[in-house]
Amino acid sequence: MEILKKYPKLFQWLFLLLVFFGLCFAIDVPETYKFIRGQAEFVKDPNQSTYVFLGKEVRYYAFDVFWRLPPLLGWLPIWINDSLFFLMNEWMPLEFWNEDTQEFKTRPLLLEVSRKLTFFMTFLIELIREILIGGINTIVTFTGWDWISDNPWAELPGLPWTIVTAGAVLLSYHLSGKGLALFAGLTMVYISIFGQWKPSMQTLSFILVAAPLSFIFGLGLGIAAFRNKRVEKALYPILLVMQTMPQYAVLVPAMVLFGVGDHAAVIITMVVAIPPMILLTILGLRAVPPEVIEAGKMSGCNNWQLMFKVLIPTARRDILIGVNQVIMVCFSMAVISAFIAAKGLGYNLLLALNRLDIGLALEAGLCISLIAILLDKMSLAWANKQEDYFGNLTFIQRNKNILFFVGTVIVGILLAYIGTYLFKGTHNYLFEVPHNKGISTADFWNRGVDWIFDTFFVYIKAFNTWLIQDVLQPMRALYLRMPAIATIVLVVGAGYLIGGIRSALIVCGLTLFIALSPWWDRALVTTYMATFGVIVSCTIGFIVGTLSFQNKHSASFMLGVCDIFQTFPSFVYLIPVMMLFGITDTSVLIAVIVYATIPATRYTIEGLRSVPAGLHDAATMSGVNKFQRLTKIEFPLAFPHMMLGINQTIVFALFMVIIGAFIGTEDLGQYILKALSDKNGAGIGLTLGVCVAFIALIFDNLIRSWVEKRKKHLGIA
Amino acid sequence: MSEAVIKCESVYKIFGENAKKMLQEANGNVDAKTFQDNGCIVGVNNASFEVAKGEMLVVMGLSGSGKSTLLRCISRLTEATGGKIFIEGQDLLQLNNKELIDLRRNKMGMVFQSFALLPHKTVVENIAFPLQIKGIKVEESIGKAMEMVKLVGLDGRENYFPRELSGGQQQRVGIARSLAVEPDIWFLDEPFSALDPLIRKEMQDEFLRLQEQLKKTIMFITHDFDEALKLADRIAIMKDGLIEQLDTPAKIVLNPATEYVRKFTEEVPREKVLLIEDVMDKATDSVGDLKVLKDEVIENVAEKILTQEKTVGVIDDKNNLIGSINPSKIINTVFGGRRNGN
Repeated sequence: MEILKKYPKLFQWLFLLLVFFGLCFAIDVPETYKFIRGQAEFVKDPNQSTYVFLGKEVRYYAFDVFWRLPPLLGWLPIWINDSLFFLMNEWMPLEFWNEDTQEFKTRPLLLEVSRKLTFFMTFLIELIREILIGGINTIVTFTGWDWISDNPWAELPGLPWTIVTAGAVLLSYHLSGKGLALFAGLTMVYISIFGQWKPSMQTLSFILVAAPLSFIFGLGLGIAAFRNKRVEKALYPILLVMQTMPQYAVLVPAMVLFGVGDHAAVIITMVVAIPPMILLTILGLRAVPPEVIEAGKMSGCNNWQLMFKVLIPTARRDILIGVNQVIMVCFSMAVISAFIAAKGLGYNLLLALNRLDIGLALEAGLCISLIAILLDKMSLAWANKQEDYFGNLTFIQRNKNILFFVGTVIVGILLAYIGTYLFKGTHNYLFEVPHNKGISTADFWNRGVDWIFDTFFVYIKAFNTWLIQDVLQPMRALYLRMPAIATIVLVVGAGYLIGGIRSALIVCGLTLFIALSPWWDRALVTTYMATFGVIVSCTIGFIVGTLSFQNKHSASFMLGVCDIFQTFPSFVYLIPVMMLFGITDTSVLIAVIVYATIPATRYTIEGLRSVPAGLHDAATMSGVNKFQRLTKIEFPLAFPHMMLGINQTIVFALFMVIIGAFIGTEDLGQYILKALSDKNGAGIGLTLGVCVAFIALIFDNLIRSWVEKRKKHLGIA
Repeated sequence: MSEAVIKCESVYKIFGENAKKMLQEANGNVDAKTFQDNGCIVGVNNASFEVAKGEMLVVMGLSGSGKSTLLRCISRLTEATGGKIFIEGQDLLQLNNKELIDLRRNKMGMVFQSFALLPHKTVVENIAFPLQIKGIKVEESIGKAMEMVKLVGLDGRENYFPRELSGGQQQRVGIARSLAVEPDIWFLDEPFSALDPLIRKEMQDEFLRLQEQLKKTIMFITHDFDEALKLADRIAIMKDGLIEQLDTPAKIVLNPATEYVRKFTEEVPREKVLLIEDVMDKATDSVGDLKVLKDEVIENVAEKILTQEKTVGVIDDKNNLIGSINPSKIINTVFGGRRNGN
């Protein structure tokens, strides 16, 4: 009894586990239960039960409700889908003037809005694209195809690669200095020489449209949320779900609304990129010291002046970090939206992966990663840049970068002109290196992959078999063996013990949504893959982080490595694992592990770093050795921050598991991918995405509640 | 005395959800404890006072005493929960947003403890900011700001950014900014508290020099009693939202109204604070040859007086004899009644 009083929490947890395992053993697997046929596969089978709700028929295999809950939300995806179609094709038909046929035509409002938006986006993308690589579509927009065929000279010529490269170098130099300028130069030259110029510029133009638009909308909504509590309250849950929703899942409804192509990709990228921008805007504005706001008010600012002349400039750094985030999301989406036929490097990458041409995929992946790193570093440098005392500078000194750029534009045009004489009859390499004329290393990589396969095939195969047969399949079977009621009891109980009744209710709601959807089994498989990844990632990240923390330089180095790895669009991680492990679950899991190890490592190092130096000194003066200091002082204090790392690790792992469906897994991701090619898939894709987001949010809620309590306890909130 | 520039009548500031309702129910009898039990915090409790033109009122109190809240009510950075505030006869709380902005643009200047400079603007741009907000053209505002730069002695640094300046220099910018629109009313919220002691003294002297020149109506907030004594025409001492005593420095030192005020005055070197006038007798008979001015600080003439055996005469600036002072009175004032609580 003494022990019970001393550790009440411990016994509560033991009791919870006892109930959980009791339920697991008490409830048998029904004889008819088979995973693949699961709950609802939309095939007609006389053994299925049905119910009708809102006029939608839902079919499913009925089991004991303790084993699997019936899919009472099964109508939801169908209903979403139907509503979307209704909104698009029937809702509010209005008369619109048609330029081409010169008459009024009746069209549903939303369809017309979608058309107009599509037209506008396409125009923007084409404009920037044609400034970079030339074309005629922009001029066609203003004139017409007939005019173009009469005037064949009218074509935007596009910038020679020399000018774009010089521009990138100068901008990098202005923002950061020689190092970044050198990197920018090498990147651009690499892209050009290796014949990736055109797709790279297509991707770049996509980002140059999506990023600024996301920035503007994110900033606007962030300001609105900052000024009005009600807007913030309304936005907050949407932001939470959007941040944890796999990017795949948003593609499907976008396809229904906007069709396929670059414009749809830009719109959907905005949807994904705006939430982090909103969050960082709110964060930045909140961080403005109250006295600065008061100083603004006492200077007689009205609301508008206060916002744009005081608040936003003062919050400049946070807002620019938001820009950085937006750019990173844009890159990630640039690849994923290749699924809805956005042109550029992502499209090439996807094609190459589909044909299992690892060499080509690697080239495209490398290019996109290099550009991503470059833009990441540039935007960060911009955020951190501060002007210095300038009173003693002349006009030329102040504007030398602009003058330089004007100079290079002239030189570039001259060079391109000379090129037309130099390379008569062939391609003008001083203007653009065509896609198939660059140096290609694809063959080299493919041979390398073949060699690795030939040499190590036996070992890889052995490892593969061992992992799948002895680790993954038993683990998966265990997860699937859990009766639904046991899982719910475990999760809700944990919520109650960690965060009290409020937390328990939230977690219960999220779990029930998944349990009542038709995809509970799939969600279990997703969770099993994610958990496996998270456990391995956290172990690796924790060890690597702790080890590299022992030395200041290695810690900074490791954080730098994390930065770079995090910049790679998630899809790129699939290339090397497919190279080594082919198309198996192992590949997906290894990609998950590599990807999710990044936040685990980063947060371990940051957590250990956040331990105050004073405590460090105090411990040393108490005569602890290195190991004692680590275990007695640093770990306990750094642990809350490290737990936030685990939170991130879970989100990263889930993302990668879903993307891994591209290689072929049997989880929620597989269905999202299926929904992509299904014209009735919008509702399914969206509901599946929400399911994945909810899995992440369950863990998020539990971990955050714990961290908050712990931080309060330690007094470091 | 001319009409009061700032006039407060029973100003209350109470934080909390039901503040307004509770204040009405309390019927002018606000007790911090009862309010706290109901989830409200009393910031300012029944503050009534006037500040005359050209006068410097120093509000002194420890942290949490409500002094900054009082200042923010008068500058309407927070809305007072009850009472009336008049600025040059205008009812501040009745002003609409536009009128309030107008008032701030033309009549008020404020200096902040943490300087509150805009990090993205240079020294001169910071100072020109209130002018540009008013709609004055860029060149004209910069020209005016440059005058201010000279006034606070920052010439040569006008193109530096705030982060490139020391704390004292940053506060000079803050002061220059608050003066740029040539306001009549000058609010200073602990302007020197974030500075090192030596710099603080330098800035106080500088501030007195400026006030000598500009003659603004000032409300100055501080938690430093010595600073209050050094600068103030009158001091208001606050505790838990209440004004404990509002009087001239000399009267506060000589006659502390409450036990709380007395604790502050105990350690004060009176010879540095009190003037001859404050301690003289009205009787003018049988004075000796030595005459001292009534506005002289005791410390400066004590030695002269103490070497006399006779009573010393006190004169005003027109050389009229208005009183007398006995050497023993000086000794009594400086050393008497310190430890045993007077």
